[in-house]
Amino acid sequence: MAELIQILISGLAAGSIYALAAVGFTLLWQASQTINFAQGEFVMLPAFFVLVGMGLGLPMWPAIGFALILSLLILGALFKKLVVEPMLPHGTLPLVIATIALGLLMKESVKEFYGATAQPFPAIFPQKVYQFAGASVSVQDIGNLAVSMLAIGGLQLFLNRTRTGRCMQASAQNPAVAEILGVDVKRMVMYTFLINAALATIASVLISPIYLAKFSNGETLGLVAFIAAIVGGFNQIRGALVGGLLIGVIDNLSAVYVSAEYRSAMPLILLIAIILLRPQGLLGTKEGRAV
Amino acid sequence: MTRIRIILIALGIAALVAAPIGQGNYIIYTLTSWLLFSISAMGLNLTLGYAGQVSLAQAGFMGIGAYVTALLTLAGVPWIAAALISITSCFAVGLLLGWPALRVQHHFLAFVTLAFNTLLFLVLRNEEEITGGSFGLVGMPRPSVFGIATDSNLNFYYFALACFLVSAFVMWWILRSPWGRAFKALRENPIRAESLGLKIRRQTLLAFAIGSAFGGLAGALQSPLVQFIEPGSFALIHSLKLLLMVVVGGAGFFFGPMLGAAVVILLPELLRFTEGYYLIIYSALVIVLMVFSPQGLIGLGQKLWNQFRPRHETRRDMKKGFQL
Repeated sequence: MAELIQILISGLAAGSIYALAAVGFTLLWQASQTINFAQGEFVMLPAFFVLVGMGLGLPMWPAIGFALILSLLILGALFKKLVVEPMLPHGTLPLVIATIALGLLMKESVKEFYGATAQPFPAIFPQKVYQFAGASVSVQDIGNLAVSMLAIGGLQLFLNRTRTGRCMQASAQNPAVAEILGVDVKRMVMYTFLINAALATIASVLISPIYLAKFSNGETLGLVAFIAAIVGGFNQIRGALVGGLLIGVIDNLSAVYVSAEYRSAMPLILLIAIILLRPQGLLGTKEGRAV
Repeated sequence: MTRIRIILIALGIAALVAAPIGQGNYIIYTLTSWLLFSISAMGLNLTLGYAGQVSLAQAGFMGIGAYVTALLTLAGVPWIAAALISITSCFAVGLLLGWPALRVQHHFLAFVTLAFNTLLFLVLRNEEEITGGSFGLVGMPRPSVFGIATDSNLNFYYFALACFLVSAFVMWWILRSPWGRAFKALRENPIRAESLGLKIRRQTLLAFAIGSAFGGLAGALQSPLVQFIEPGSFALIHSLKLLLMVVVGGAGFFFGPMLGAAVVILLPELLRFTEGYYLIIYSALVIVLMVFSPQGLIGLGQKLWNQFRPRHETRRDMKKGFQL
C-alpha cells in the first residue's frame, strides 16, 4: 500500500509536468491548427537558457527569468512570426514538416554549441524526503505537482474569467466570427504562442533537475506530451491535463508492476486503444468529419 | 508521355548504370543505399503525396522488411521468397494499422504510426531471443541472381538498381491506372471525389498499405546490403527523416522522393567539410524551403521555370470590371 501511494505521488508529479507540455500542445492546435512536433524540444531548450544565464553570472532565479524572456521571444514570438505565420495558408502538412525540422535544428544546435553530455541542473525545491504513512514522499514531487497545477489552474481561470481569455477562446473556436465581432485574432493567436512558450519554460525548469539537462530530452518528452494530448482529448485543456496525469501514473505503475523494458510501451498501447475506441479522446468532444 | 521524356528517362537509367563504374567501394555502397531509400520514399510518397496521409512509420516498415528477410535468409530461405514474405507482411501490417486510424480523418494515421514505430523499436530491442536485441543480427547472405553472386558491392548495386527500376515501374503503373488517378482526385478535391462514387477510406487505406509494402522491399534490400541490422536503424527519427526526404524532394511528384533521398543520403558526403553542423544547416534549409515552397525542390524548380517561360497575359481591361 505504502509503495502504491509512493508510485501514485511520483506518477502524478511527473504527469503534471507532462500535462504542462500537453496543454501547450493543445492550445497551439486550437489556436492555429499547428501540430507542434517540436514540443519536446520546446521543453528541452529553456533549461539551457537557464544554464547560459547562470554561466553569465546570474543567480538561479534571475537566470530563470532570463530564460523565460528568451523563450517568450524565441519559442513564442519568433516561432509564430517566422515559421507558423508564413506557412498557415499552405495547410497543415508543410507546417508539420517544418516543426519536425525545427525540433531537429534545436536538438542539433544544443548538441553542437552547448555539449552532448547531460548537464546538472540546480534544484528549485529542497532535496528532502518525508515519511508519510509509511511512504516516502519527496518535497520535489509535491512541489512539482503544486507548481504545475497552479500554472494550469491559473491558465484555466485566465481563459474563462478574463476578457482577453474569452477573446482567445472565441478566436480558437471560430476565427471568422471573432474577427467580425472585433477581436484581434492575430494578437490572440500570438498570446497563445506566448503562453505555450511560458508553459514550456515552467515544465523545463521543473523537469530538468530530475532528468538533467540534455539535448535529447525532447524526444521522450515530445512523445509523451503528444500522447497525453491525444489520450485526453485534442480540443480540451482539461483533457490534456487528465491525459498528462494518467500517462505519468501509468508510466510509473508499469515500471514497477509490468517490466522496466516495456515501461514506455504502456502509454503507446493506451494511445492505440484510445484511437480505436474513442478517437476524440477521453474528455474531448467530437469534431471528426468524414472528409 | 512525350518523346523527350522517354529520352530523358533512358539517359537517366544509363547514368545510373554508369554511375558506380570505377568508383570505390564506399561510393558504391552510398549509391546503393540511395537506391533503396528511394524505393522506401517512393512508397511514402504514395501515402503522403497522393493520398494525403502522414505516415510516421516508414522506417518501421523497413525494419519489418529487414528483420523478416534477415531471419528467413539466415534460416536458409532464398532471398526472393524472403523478400516476398517481407513485402506481404508489411502490406498486411499496413492494412491492420490503417484500418482503425482511417476511420477518423485528421492526422490520426500520423499518431497511430508514430506509436507503432516506437512500439516496434521496443519489441525489436527487447525480444532478444528472436531479434538479437540491441546487438542486432549479423551475416545475412547476399542473394545470387541467375547463378551470379552479388557478394561484390558492384554486383549488389546492379541488383538493387534492378529492384529500384521494377518498383519505379510498378509505382508508375499504379499511378496511371484508373485506380491511381482516383488518388489524385482524392488529393485535389476529396468531397467531389466521394460524390463521384470513390470510396475515400478504402482508397486511402490501400495507398497506405501499398506504400508500406514498398518500405518492406527497401528493408528486404537493406539487410543483405548492410549485413548488420539493429533496432536503432529503424527508430522513429529515421521515419521522420524519410518524411523529410519526400517533402524536400516534392511530395506528389513522381521524381520527388528520388531527389529527396539524394539530398538526404548523398549531400552529407558532399558537405563533409561542415562536420557537425550538417544537420543544423539541413534542418534550417528545410524550414526555409517549407516557408517559400511547400511543394519541395521540384515545386521550386517548376516555379522558377514558369517565371522564365512566356506567359499568357490576361486582359487588363477585364480586371477592373471584375474588381467592381
